[in-house]
Amino acid sequence: MAVLVLLLFGGGAVGGIWYYFSPKYTRVGYSPIQPVPFPHSVHVDQVGLDCRYCHSQVEKSWYSNIPSATTCMNCHNQILKEDPRLQIIRDSAQDGRPVPWVQVHKVPDYVYFNHSVHVNRGVSCVHCHGEINKMDEVYHAKPLSMTFCLDCHRNPGPNLRPLDRITDLGWKGANPDVQKSQGEQFAHDWKVNASQNCSACHR
Amino acid sequence: MRYIFIVWVVCVAVVVGFAGFKGDKTRRPPIELFPDMDRQPKLRPQAENAFFKDGRSSQLPPQGTIARNSRWEQTAENTGRIPGGTNFVNAIPVPVTSELMARGQERYTIYCLPCHGASGDGKGVTSKLGMTLVGDLHDQKGRKLVTASDGQIFDTITNGRNLMGAYGSVLDPKDRWAVVAYVRALQLSRLGLLDDIPAADRASIK
Repeated sequence: MAVLVLLLFGGGAVGGIWYYFSPKYTRVGYSPIQPVPFPHSVHVDQVGLDCRYCHSQVEKSWYSNIPSATTCMNCHNQILKEDPRLQIIRDSAQDGRPVPWVQVHKVPDYVYFNHSVHVNRGVSCVHCHGEINKMDEVYHAKPLSMTFCLDCHRNPGPNLRPLDRITDLGWKGANPDVQKSQGEQFAHDWKVNASQNCSACHR
Repeated sequence: MRYIFIVWVVCVAVVVGFAGFKGDKTRRPPIELFPDMDRQPKLRPQAENAFFKDGRSSQLPPQGTIARNSRWEQTAENTGRIPGGTNFVNAIPVPVTSELMARGQERYTIYCLPCHGASGDGKGVTSKLGMTLVGDLHDQKGRKLVTASDGQIFDTITNGRNLMGAYGSVLDPKDRWAVVAYVRALQLSRLGLLDDIPAADRASIK
């Protein structure tokens, strides 16, 4: 009897911890309310903007910038120029006060992730951010846990793609085998050093 | 015995009811189970930071300073103007190579094509969405953009013009010249004559 109770409740507790104490639960699915309801799906999938039109420093900087309101106004000075949803953007472009966007993807502060080294070595946005081009509201699609990083760092080949396809989030290789051998070739040619040393990410 | 099992099922149902499942969309911020040094009071870009008066971490450079590695010299390469004056340079002051042209095509596709269109006729996707006043790079009537000097196009990219915004902050000078070169190539695609093509290649053109 006691053994059965222990098995049931002990097993339940272990199962609960196993299931819930994982970034797949604690992070994935986070989708905050943004000050402006910006739909990536409309801007990328329908209009066809490249990621870098707005996130313009991603190839040069460790940090992928959120665009300034003036970037929005490049088009929205003519398109939807009276729309109340864009009032915060117009005000920000006018007086320079930042738009209070809520950051969705936030690794711990002791993790030093560098965007530019990844996008310049064949790792697409989609690997870490999911199909953001199809999201009406951005949500945290991948766990971004340490295992998540290491899975790729141990075997980067299958995740590397031609450099002109980095921001083409829907891109698929001819087939997984071709993509794998192609990616392994890239890893060799570009001298991809996917370090597994602690100090690669933790400094 | 049966009651213990019922209690167990209720417990599981309550936990799952409150906590939900992996991957559920949620407004609640990510849970940090061991938050020891997850959030440090150091400066993060584009974040709130109480250290500065206006409360933001990313500050504009103080007046009279330039960022490291930024191009500040008043040369034709950086300004598009003849040094010492305000006149635009006539021709691109950097070597025009096929790499520069390829770079120009890539940058044009990212930053210019949405409005100016793949062929440069000003009928990009935004023209269908209510953007009516977009420059036609071929400018069939006035030929203003065809006869403009390279330096003037460089200046338009840098600082914007009329309703077009400035792209100087997203395209460094070398990239701007690359885009100028590509714009020239687009214009030539409509203005070129058969005589411009090397004799050996003429047969390949219909």
